[in-house]
Amino acid sequence: MSAPVGPTAGTPGETARAIAAAVRRGDRRARDVVEEALARIAEGDPEVHAFLLVTADAARTAADAVDAAVRDGRDPGPLAGVPIAVKDNLCTRGVPTTCASRILDGWRPPYSATVIERVHAAGGVVVGKTNLDEFAMGSSTENSAFGPTRNPLDRSRVPGGSSGGSAAAVAAGFVPLALGSDTGGSIRQPASLCGVVGVKPTYGRVSRYGLVAFASSLDQVGPLAATVDDAALLLEAVGGPDPADSTSIPEPFPSLDPDDPGSSPEDLSGLRVGIVTELTHAPGVQPEVVAAVLRAAEVLEERGASVREASVPSAGLGLSAYYLIAPAEASSNLARYDGVRYGHRAAAGEITEMYGRTRAEGFGAEVKRRIMLGTYALSAGYYDAYYGTAQKVRTLVGRDFAAAYGEVDALLAPTSPTVAFALGERTEDLLAMYLSDVCTIPSNLAGHPAISVPAGTGEGGLPVGVQVLAPAMGEPVMFRVARAVEAGIAAAAAAEVVTP
Amino acid sequence: MTGAQHGYEAVIGLEVHVELATATKMFCGCRNEFGAEPNTNVCPVCLGLPGSLPVLNEAAVDYALRFGAALGFDVPPESVFARKNYFYPDMPKDYQISQYELPICTDGHLDVDGVRIGIERAHLEEDTGKTQHAGETGRIHGAEHSLVDYNRAGVPLMEIVSRPDIRSAEQARAYVAELRGVLSALGVSDVKMEEGSMRVDANVSVRPTGSEVLGTKVEVKNMNSLRSLARAVEHEIQRQVGVVESGGTIVQETRHWDEEAGVTHSMRTKEGSEDYRYFPEPDLVPVAPDDAMRARAASAVPELPAAHRERLVREWGIAAHDARVLVDDRELVAYAEAAVAAGAPGRDVANWCTGEILGHLNETGGSASTLVLAPDGLAELIELVTDGSLSRKLAKEVLAECLREPRRPRQVVEERGLAQVSDEAELAAVVERVLAEHPADVEAYRSGDDKSRKKKRGFFMGELMKATRGSGNPKLLNRLLDEHLG
Amino acid sequence: MAADREPLSRADVRHVAHLARLELTDGEVELFTEQLRTVLGHADDLSGVDLTGVPPTAHPLPLRNVLRADVPRPGLDRDEVLAEAPDAVDGRFRVPRILGEEG
Repeated sequence: MSAPVGPTAGTPGETARAIAAAVRRGDRRARDVVEEALARIAEGDPEVHAFLLVTADAARTAADAVDAAVRDGRDPGPLAGVPIAVKDNLCTRGVPTTCASRILDGWRPPYSATVIERVHAAGGVVVGKTNLDEFAMGSSTENSAFGPTRNPLDRSRVPGGSSGGSAAAVAAGFVPLALGSDTGGSIRQPASLCGVVGVKPTYGRVSRYGLVAFASSLDQVGPLAATVDDAALLLEAVGGPDPADSTSIPEPFPSLDPDDPGSSPEDLSGLRVGIVTELTHAPGVQPEVVAAVLRAAEVLEERGASVREASVPSAGLGLSAYYLIAPAEASSNLARYDGVRYGHRAAAGEITEMYGRTRAEGFGAEVKRRIMLGTYALSAGYYDAYYGTAQKVRTLVGRDFAAAYGEVDALLAPTSPTVAFALGERTEDLLAMYLSDVCTIPSNLAGHPAISVPAGTGEGGLPVGVQVLAPAMGEPVMFRVARAVEAGIAAAAAAEVVTP
Repeated sequence: MTGAQHGYEAVIGLEVHVELATATKMFCGCRNEFGAEPNTNVCPVCLGLPGSLPVLNEAAVDYALRFGAALGFDVPPESVFARKNYFYPDMPKDYQISQYELPICTDGHLDVDGVRIGIERAHLEEDTGKTQHAGETGRIHGAEHSLVDYNRAGVPLMEIVSRPDIRSAEQARAYVAELRGVLSALGVSDVKMEEGSMRVDANVSVRPTGSEVLGTKVEVKNMNSLRSLARAVEHEIQRQVGVVESGGTIVQETRHWDEEAGVTHSMRTKEGSEDYRYFPEPDLVPVAPDDAMRARAASAVPELPAAHRERLVREWGIAAHDARVLVDDRELVAYAEAAVAAGAPGRDVANWCTGEILGHLNETGGSASTLVLAPDGLAELIELVTDGSLSRKLAKEVLAECLREPRRPRQVVEERGLAQVSDEAELAAVVERVLAEHPADVEAYRSGDDKSRKKKRGFFMGELMKATRGSGNPKLLNRLLDEHLG
Repeated sequence: MAADREPLSRADVRHVAHLARLELTDGEVELFTEQLRTVLGHADDLSGVDLTGVPPTAHPLPLRNVLRADVPRPGLDRDEVLAEAPDAVDGRFRVPRILGEEG
């Protein structure tokens, strides 16, 4: 078996940046890189089930094209030859896109998402579509209609969700880079549970065109990788304005280069960081998770940052607001799955019957639940009390963050209250499942960027991630702090190994 | 018989949907064109494919602002799109992107025959696809299945909602006719009811005359022409008066106008009224019309039909009715104005245009912009009549020929020798000769009463026309006849 | 506010299921009624919050006037589109009969 990828404790191997550099130099052939990835997937994925579909032939063709470009002296792009896994709610032209739902089983989109086009243009090689909770609704990937994904670090446990397949693909060393989507934490939480890096950008930084919508005002596409630098590499390649997305920020995507002036992760003097009290002490946060946050804080202090407590008082209300706003938007976004134009259609003699039966047969329980909840929250007589109120609470969350950022430049918080839980453990307990997102949701509500960085282990040696939060458009400072956390945690871990 | 005669007053509000004549659809770059092969003007956005997103057409916004400027609307600082959620096969997303709480235009008005009709709002939304029901009647009941074409899905619509200020079927018709004229003059829609680019729904209620309380309103749909609108509204008013007078209550419902039977039918209502669950569209950002956008829209408002009609009446000295006929037809009035610019008097131009030319257009189904005779040719024809070279009667024939073939009037007159004889000496000789040939009639004229004189004159004129083969200048002949008859 | 509200009833659930065009079994109606009550119960913590003068966040971004030039762009090939259709004939999507109101 060839060298796995990712330089962190769980996934030693080459970084995406190193692969791309080697391919661009001509030192490695993209084709060889992709064959190695496909071999690793073939060998390891039957037990992990990160992938719903491996697009081997298309990957080989793409890799060959990269090699041809290098041979011809053309620039193959910053992701040259890097194998990339893509969450199966991103449209890939001519390739089935299921959203892990039976209702779209077999549907081949006639177009690709903007982020997919950008991956191709950057020389990246898409190797397959990864598993997710159906329509991105869930926190464990157990809501997939095609079976769960298992956490590569402990296969009796969940990888988190909804981007569980993408997180697992990176954590298992199948690929160095993956794309996921994050509506309430769906990139960051699985990243934390699998011990990899996951980023939700500022709302509007990355095009949503071609991302199958769950909750339009909350959804964002983002990278998962084994290192912060690799996550930056992928994010820079896919981010930036898109005329096909009206909610896309018109400013060009900023540079995330640590060598840019004022971006050094080594010297953080002058930088002020706050630990979000309400999130660090949210319901269910395990002691080892709190410890990880404090460890990250220490690391930052060692590098010159000043760290203090910070307060975002309405963060605690985020969960309730989210579980009204997201299902409401989802109930509308998922209405189009009606059997008329594509996907599954149930047999029926009359249209209303056809709608009702198609959707009953095609959707899983969690999706139905959220559609019902969302429809109710928007319905006549209830709009003001539910959806309307939740959108006001959202304003409060935004204001509280703004106040906090008046005093600090970045925030620290846990990502997931716990380490990875067992498969089946929370499937019957709705609220317990929903609580997984308590620390990640506020950033979606505010539209702010957030990144989860592995910060050691907790119960059972399972990974614990911590979040670095920044204000809207704050990717540069966020990545700076995240690099510092990563380097500091790695240094501390190395030191621990030396002195058992 | 109108509702008012029974002691009841009709209260009518109209919702008019117009398809905007933009090049592309509201939220995507697919062509906005009528009559294309089914499902050939579609893309991920207007099909509502998973992952697709809408992007607003700047021309649609411009047209809405132009309409707002034309009819005195308020254009609030921010306007928001909203989703209207319901299921139907012609709805690709099973929600329609429309506007709800913050429409682009509010509080406008349209003056109709001296009465100001308030317009509550005008907003933008996307059109649906088209369903065709396969079955004997082509209507929904009895259809086995339906076929859906999404070419129209996403076409920009502007919905114009009047206040319930309309009081009769005729006023309803006049409101829509005037609105159509405004929209056409603004160039924002081709407003063809027969093609569906303008659609009207009516909300009709009745109440005892003098009451301030509104009656239960009934929505009436499926009126495909102005005439059908007037008939349907009148029928519905009578129906409601009938129900109320016989002690019944009006059911709030939607009724479908059946043009053939001349009645409205109740449409089968669903259990409970539809709950559209409106919420602000998260995939679009608000429109905040800035000064540049507002100025641009205002500067694109031309002379509107009412002002145009008034001006023609004033400047050309024509009747209001004729002015209306002209202004109602954009191309015809442009033609007429070009003829006036070429030197012909407005009154004469108006006569010809509302008479023979309009008749020709109706017969051939053409439009004034494709007339073979150019406006300056009409001016030439008029000049020939005015200077006496051509009798009006023959001028009609010349015109008919010039409308068929690309000929100039002067050419035709020369070739066919139709020049009117206005030489006084020549005509006097003819008059003398004709009178000499009918001495008994001359005697009868001189001794007859007014009535028989009139008759004899007619006879003489007829003979004179024959004698001059129609080319005698009638005015001149009349005068000469008078002189010779004494 | 919320405390005075009647808890979600089975009839509410059936009504909402109809609005959402989801055919539910009796068992599902029972289950969802219970589950939705639980989630909504939590949503009721929002009712105690003082929201006077707080506007809703309909759009997280301060963007305005994102407009597109009125220029045609090529669309999709009809065959490609209809290839994914569950049922199509004569270039159009076919659906079973529609009872009730016309759109």
